Amino acid sequence: MEGLETYLIVATVIAAGVLLFAGAMGAARALRPQVCSAEKSLTYESGVDAEGSGWAQSQIRYYLYAFLYLIFAVDAVYLFPWVTVVKDLGWATLGEMGVFLGVIAIGLIHAIRRGVLRWI
Amino acid sequence: MTLDAGLLAEMVLRTLAVLVAFLTLPLVVGQTEHKVMAHMQGRLGPMYAGGFHGWAQLVADGVKFLQKEDIVPDRADAGVFRLAPGVALVPYLVAMAVIPLSPDWVAADVDAGLLFVLAASAVAVLGTLMAGWSSGNKYALLGSMRAAAQLLAYELPLVLAAASVAMAAGTLSLTGIGEAWQWWWLFWQAPALIVFVVAGLAEVQRPPFDMPIADSELVAGPYTEYTGLRFALFLLSEYAGIVVLSALTAVLFLGGWHGPFTGTLGPLWTLLKTGLVAIVVIWLRVAWPRLREDQLQRLAWAGLVPIALAQLALTAVVVVVRGT
Repeated sequence: MEGLETYLIVATVIAAGVLLFAGAMGAARALRPQVCSAEKSLTYESGVDAEGSGWAQSQIRYYLYAFLYLIFAVDAVYLFPWVTVVKDLGWATLGEMGVFLGVIAIGLIHAIRRGVLRWI
Repeated sequence: MTLDAGLLAEMVLRTLAVLVAFLTLPLVVGQTEHKVMAHMQGRLGPMYAGGFHGWAQLVADGVKFLQKEDIVPDRADAGVFRLAPGVALVPYLVAMAVIPLSPDWVAADVDAGLLFVLAASAVAVLGTLMAGWSSGNKYALLGSMRAAAQLLAYELPLVLAAASVAMAAGTLSLTGIGEAWQWWWLFWQAPALIVFVVAGLAEVQRPPFDMPIADSELVAGPYTEYTGLRFALFLLSEYAGIVVLSALTAVLFLGGWHGPFTGTLGPLWTLLKTGLVAIVVIWLRVAWPRLREDQLQRLAWAGLVPIALAQLALTAVVVVVRGT
């Protein structure tokens, strides 16, 4: 098996996974009791009545991490085609890599110095 | 390419093999965790179910979960809430399909296997986020926000460490990387190995990186509102995640099927090394307290990412020096 045929296997495995999930849930539906009550379907909040709803204003602390991640992730994607050809490119590519890592490192140091990486 | 009977039979057979591995290996890891944790803490662990040292404990748990009522809270977004366990589970099945036990023992030997397996297992994270957001519960929402921040932070060192070993081998194919592996990579790629395992632990949200689930603060984080089989499937996906992480570590960094009698015993070597990594994962759960959220972020950005970048530079230099 090689080439496109391997992806056929991947497709069947995905289909099998979906079937597994659907089958398991179907089996559970056949076996489990279903006794509905209003109390049971309340939101759990440590035993007291839920205050407000799950939708509320809150401070999203991680958006700066998300920005950082986006920048780095795009870089990481470009790394993958490069790593397969490093051997053939020789010394010149080490210089390029130095520039690449240098830019990333400066960005990271800047983020740390500005206190972006503090959760609080 | 035509769909003849032989090809169809092979597809079914390979898929079945993956399914069997997916339904047994996580349970083996789970049972090992029960027993190893118990002995590390000076107790016995499960002893009754099945008779011999409680071997059937997880089967009994599964049967119990199957009979539990399935509750969807009124405030929850029912469709997303019901789908989330499947989204958390299936990607690990797909990831397991492309991980080789040996060059001959692999269900689907895709060309860029490393990239594929990283992409597939990253989808599983969506299940946690869907669960947390759709529950309409404050604990769940806080838990899934922690999960999002943690997974953003640790995906990066994971990918960089994997890129390092791919560069060492000069290929993105998992079988290719395994074949190219040499014993001295154990030293050359040691920082990448550590970064990979630590970041992988954070990806599957295992202690000491279980901040999103943090039972003492958030009840069960994104899984707070889940009951019965849906909850069990989240647990299963955690253990499937451990299997995928351990198997990847074994193939990428520990030489997979390399060992005495690799021709005949190759797949067993891979399984053995996978088991060893899984036991280390269990050990870390017993030995380490949970990290606080800000410590967790600092470890990723100020610790693992710089180490991974330095490893990348080291790998590139050695590859070029050996190539010229």
